Amino acid sequence: MSLANRPKPVIDNWNRPFWEACGKEFLLLQRCTATGKCFFPPAPVSPFTGRPDWEWIKASGVGELWSYVVFHQGYFDGMKDELPYPVAMVKLAEGPFLLTNLLDLTPDQVKIGMKLRVRFGEGPENLVLPQFGPMG
Amino acid sequence: MMTVVKEPAAPAISAPWAMRDKIAFAGIGTTRYGNFPATDSYGLGCEALNAALDDAGLRPQDIDGLIVNRIPSYERFAEMMGINPQFCLLTEAPGRFSGVSLALAAQAIASGAAKTVALVYGNNGRSVRMRYGGGDSQWSPWGMTSPGASHAMMWRRHMHEFGTSHADLGPVAVAFRHHACLNPEAVMHGRPISLEDHAQARPICEPLKLLDYCLINDGAVAWIMTSAERARDMPRPPVLLSGYARQDAFHYGSAPPDDFWYPTLSACRSVYDRAGFGQDEIQGLGIYDNFSPTVLFSLEGLGFCKQGEGGAFVRDGTLRLGQGRWPTNTSGGHLSDSYMQGWGIIAECVRQLRHECGDRQIKDVHAMQYICATNIAQSLILRRDR
Repeated sequence: MSLANRPKPVIDNWNRPFWEACGKEFLLLQRCTATGKCFFPPAPVSPFTGRPDWEWIKASGVGELWSYVVFHQGYFDGMKDELPYPVAMVKLAEGPFLLTNLLDLTPDQVKIGMKLRVRFGEGPENLVLPQFGPMG
Repeated sequence: MMTVVKEPAAPAISAPWAMRDKIAFAGIGTTRYGNFPATDSYGLGCEALNAALDDAGLRPQDIDGLIVNRIPSYERFAEMMGINPQFCLLTEAPGRFSGVSLALAAQAIASGAAKTVALVYGNNGRSVRMRYGGGDSQWSPWGMTSPGASHAMMWRRHMHEFGTSHADLGPVAVAFRHHACLNPEAVMHGRPISLEDHAQARPICEPLKLLDYCLINDGAVAWIMTSAERARDMPRPPVLLSGYARQDAFHYGSAPPDDFWYPTLSACRSVYDRAGFGQDEIQGLGIYDNFSPTVLFSLEGLGFCKQGEGGAFVRDGTLRLGQGRWPTNTSGGHLSDSYMQGWGIIAECVRQLRHECGDRQIKDVHAMQYICATNIAQSLILRRDR
C-alpha cells in the first residue's frame, strides 16, 4: 500500500500551482478579489464574477468533515490493497470543498462536523497528496 | 444532529406555459433488456425505433426530426434508418438528457423546426462491460470516482442532517423490485427482495449497497413525438406533455452537491403551474432512480413531503402499486427493470396513460409526473388526451 500507486491527477494550467504548493506542504487556493470568496478547483476566472480577477492565497489547511464514504468496490488497480478505503468531503475554513482521504482516525472516531487538519504525504509521479487527519 | 432548513428557490416561471398540452407522444418502442453481445447500440436503437414507428403507424421517411442518445453517431444512425431530417442532433450521455431531449423535441415541434421527431436511445453497456468509474480525474488521486460514490456522499450527509438511515432506502428498492416482478420484461422479473435483503446486500460505496444501485444492461427505447393535433389523427391514444420545468445548478465545484438539489428541484414545482393542475390530480410517478437516494431527494424537492422526511414518507408502502398513494416506477425503474437512463421510465409513464400495463396498471390513471434529481433538475407532467 503506497500513495505512489495512486491514480494520477489531471494537471492543467490552472491547477498546476496547487500541486506545486502541495510539494511545499501547503494548500493554495484562488480568492476572488471582488468578493473575497475562495473557489476550487482552480479556474481562469472567478465563478462569482466571471472575471479573471483573483489571487492565490495560502489556505489555513483546516476544515470540517462534511461527509464521507467507504469504497468497497475497487476502480483503480493502484488502490486494490487499500480497499476498503474512505474518501472524505472536507469543507475548508475558506469555503471550498475538497475530496480527500482521512488519516490517523479509527472508524468510530470519524464524526461529521469534526475539525480536521491537512497532512502531506507522497503521491503518484512524485506529487505530494494532501490528506486530512485530526487537529491534534 | 443539525437540521438545515433551506427556503425553496422561487419557481423559475409560474405563468401558464405556452406549450401546455400542445405536444404529444404518438409512438413508443422498447427492446428486450439484458445482455446482447451479438448487437450494439445501433442495432438496439433500430429495433426500438421500428417498434415505435409500428406503434405510431409511420415509416422512416415520415420522420423529419431525429435526436439520438448513447448511440455514437446521429449521422450513421440516420443513414442506417434512411432518415434525412430537417432537425437532427446527438445529446450528451448522462441520464438527465432524456428529459432535456424531450424538451428539445417539444420546442422543435412547437417552433415548426420539425413536425414529427423520433428520439432514440440505445445502450449496450452490459455487453461491452461499461464501468461507471475509474480513470484519471480531478479527484482520482484520492480514489474518489463513480456516480454511485457521489450519491453515497450525499446520502451520508442527508443521514447526518435529518436523521435518516440506510434502512430508509429499503422501501424504495423493495417497491421497485415488486413492480419488476409484475413486469415480465423486467431484468429482475421473478427475483423478489425483502427489506432484509436490502440491508444485508454487499456494500459498494458505503453507506450505499448493491440494491441501492441501478442495473447495467443492454437495451433501447424510442419515442415519437409530434403535435397534439397531428397525434389525434394517428392510431394510438395521444399522451400529452402538459408541463415541463427545469432548473440547472453547476456551482458545486466538481464535488457532490451539498444541498441534495433541493433548491433546484423546488424551482421545478413550477411544473404544476405549467400543466395547470397539481399533485391531487396525478396518480403515479416516474422518478430517475440511478441510486435509491435520488427518489427521496426528488419527493422532498417537489414537495411530496417536507425536506428530511422522505424516509418516513415511503416507509409504509407509499411508492408501492396497489398499496400506496404514489405508485412509482411501475416497470421496476432503473433499480429493477432496466437502466435506460430515464428513457424507459418516461416510456412507462406513457404506457400507463394508455392503460397498456397489464398486471402493473395504475387503475384509472390520467396523469403521471416524472422527476429527475441531477445538476439539471427537471420535472414533467404527462396526461391522457381528454
